[in-house]
Amino acid sequence: MVAATEAIVNGPGMSSRERVLERIAKANSKAAGVPESIPRGYDCGSTQSTDETVALFERRLQDYDARVFRIRSNEIAARAAEILQSGHRQRIVVPDGLPTAWRPAGLAWIPDDELSIDVLNAVDGVMTGATLGVAVSGSIVLQHGPAEGRRVLTLLPDYHLCVIQAAQVVETLPEAFARLDSARPVTFFSGPSATADIEMTRIKGVHGPRFLDVLLVED
Amino acid sequence: MNLVQLNPPSPDPKTAPPFPAAAKIDLRDTQLRRNIARATDTIQRKRAALVEEKKDWQALRDAGAAIRREALRNLDGYLLQFEDRFQAAGGTVHWAANAAEANRVALDILREHDAREVIKIKSMTTAEIGMNEYLAQHNVTAHETDLAELILQLGGDQPSHIVVPALHKNRQQVREIFARSMGLPGLSDDPEALTAAARQYLREKFLRVKTAICGANFLIAETGGVTIVESEGNGRMCLTLPETLIAIVGIEKVIPRFADLEVLLQTLPRSATGERMNPYNSIWSGVIPGDGPKNMHVVLLDNGRTRVLRDGIGRQTLQCIRCGACQNACPVYRQTGGHAYGSVYAGPIGAILTPQLEDMRHAQSLPYASSLCGACYEVCPVKINIPEVLVHLRARVVDRGRRKLASLFDQERAGMMMMAAIFASSRRYEAAQRLARTAQRTVRHGDAWYHWLPGMAGRWTETRDLAPLPQETFREWWQQRRRS
Repeated sequence: MVAATEAIVNGPGMSSRERVLERIAKANSKAAGVPESIPRGYDCGSTQSTDETVALFERRLQDYDARVFRIRSNEIAARAAEILQSGHRQRIVVPDGLPTAWRPAGLAWIPDDELSIDVLNAVDGVMTGATLGVAVSGSIVLQHGPAEGRRVLTLLPDYHLCVIQAAQVVETLPEAFARLDSARPVTFFSGPSATADIEMTRIKGVHGPRFLDVLLVED
Repeated sequence: MNLVQLNPPSPDPKTAPPFPAAAKIDLRDTQLRRNIARATDTIQRKRAALVEEKKDWQALRDAGAAIRREALRNLDGYLLQFEDRFQAAGGTVHWAANAAEANRVALDILREHDAREVIKIKSMTTAEIGMNEYLAQHNVTAHETDLAELILQLGGDQPSHIVVPALHKNRQQVREIFARSMGLPGLSDDPEALTAAARQYLREKFLRVKTAICGANFLIAETGGVTIVESEGNGRMCLTLPETLIAIVGIEKVIPRFADLEVLLQTLPRSATGERMNPYNSIWSGVIPGDGPKNMHVVLLDNGRTRVLRDGIGRQTLQCIRCGACQNACPVYRQTGGHAYGSVYAGPIGAILTPQLEDMRHAQSLPYASSLCGACYEVCPVKINIPEVLVHLRARVVDRGRRKLASLFDQERAGMMMMAAIFASSRRYEAAQRLARTAQRTVRHGDAWYHWLPGMAGRWTETRDLAPLPQETFREWWQQRRRS
């Protein structure tokens, strides 16, 4: 047992905060070394055309067993209806700010009005927008704006239908970080949740959504 | 229903047997060795392929190393900046000088919220401070939610790898543990079925337990952000469902800027699991209105880290981003697995981190648990020169021993002093070579290698043979050549 054997000894009137800060200052006065600038010689921009980037993004998502549908913006509602109905998914949660034009009639849309986690755990799926796509790693980035919803929305349901514009897809991670708003929460997801904890065998869907469909809007 | 809640004690470097003794036992376990070889081979193969395709890999390593060095160089400033931003976003920051303080701070918060149970994200730092046992002693049940950690907790076992802590268990062993502790006698050993069983077992806990404990991969000074990198989604569950979240984070985990993640989030997943990106990354600061925990605490933990920082050579150990690539690459770790290291930090990084955290008082055998082949340095995404630190720490172990009176009569020390005197002058060196050759003639027949040497030198021939001294040395040959 590591913890209990070590007594808490603070100097008189000295908080742990002051103590740790003092130790750091002392250690660094002795051994810190000279300042250096960060060498940023790595690839920061894209090397390929927009079409190639979007194609790479699509390929990477498919590697993760996600389905990708390339569509025009006026087809979103129709394709969403088709995909959801063929998957027998009826009760779909949507964040408040998801454009109503994206929601086809005839499905049981459940707006996220502070839904309880038990309700979220029992729905058939969730439909959201996205902030960014990163082609190299097939990642979709959410900053949880009005069309993306709070973080738990895209976590508890077993199915996620995600709408992303081709113009939102960048090739590399540095390009993504240049576009992200550092003041807002960020969630990256790269394929469905997975584990390789048992004999390094990749198993899909441990706790997050097991199924991901992406509507990739090309205009 | 409260099923098995074992809390296997965290490995403690203060009481662990020396590495060679522990390794000897583990090396006899052929099943363990098969499991470890298989797992480390798989990760290494995947990592190598993804590093190969990154043409800017070395530039990313250079940038990653510089970012981490810079963070350590101004550590106090960056921590204060983090504290300021994180608290401005509605979170609370605590400071803990040691393990006992961190555990107490966490327990106080749990008591304030009447929490009798917590859900946990895999965290090496909480294992380092023995948090699960501490909580159990104070009647708080900790549920590990990472699949590998769940396997270990239910099986009463200890972690053996930083990233894949249960890699020493195969599917049949996992099946046995789950079948017994989850009450599922008919469970199959198919990894998919085992994962599904864990999903069901844990979902109930995610939905019910209102307090969570996590670590962090990075703290961001510039934004007050906390970053958690994971695969399964258990992390996101613990970060978003509970009302109270406590992160226990080593002070070295801070990075200066948000955009520094553009480097580290490229190198970490490729190095750790051989993926271009792991399935989930979460970055946020403090409390997000209407989204996730209402009480968010970060406990900044020293527990020996400032001691490591004091050492000009040893401090690079703190650059570590816990990817585990050095473990997979290490020819020693790949044979023994992680348990022999007697610490939650195994492999090459553990061999340099553990003895330093213990102020060189314990785990003194670990700097020797290496052949100094350098594979660990080559794969390290933040360029920690592990062989350099290993050699430096070996010197520190010797220096500590030298202070003892008994060392004056030590054979090894006498031998080293004699060698030092011989190597100091070329005349003495050549005389020693002649003398040794003469002595050799009295005991040797032909060109055979030595299989046995007397006294302390016998430690060498226990495990390897020694070549005989040649009839003519290089120096003699060179002088002959110049004369003719």
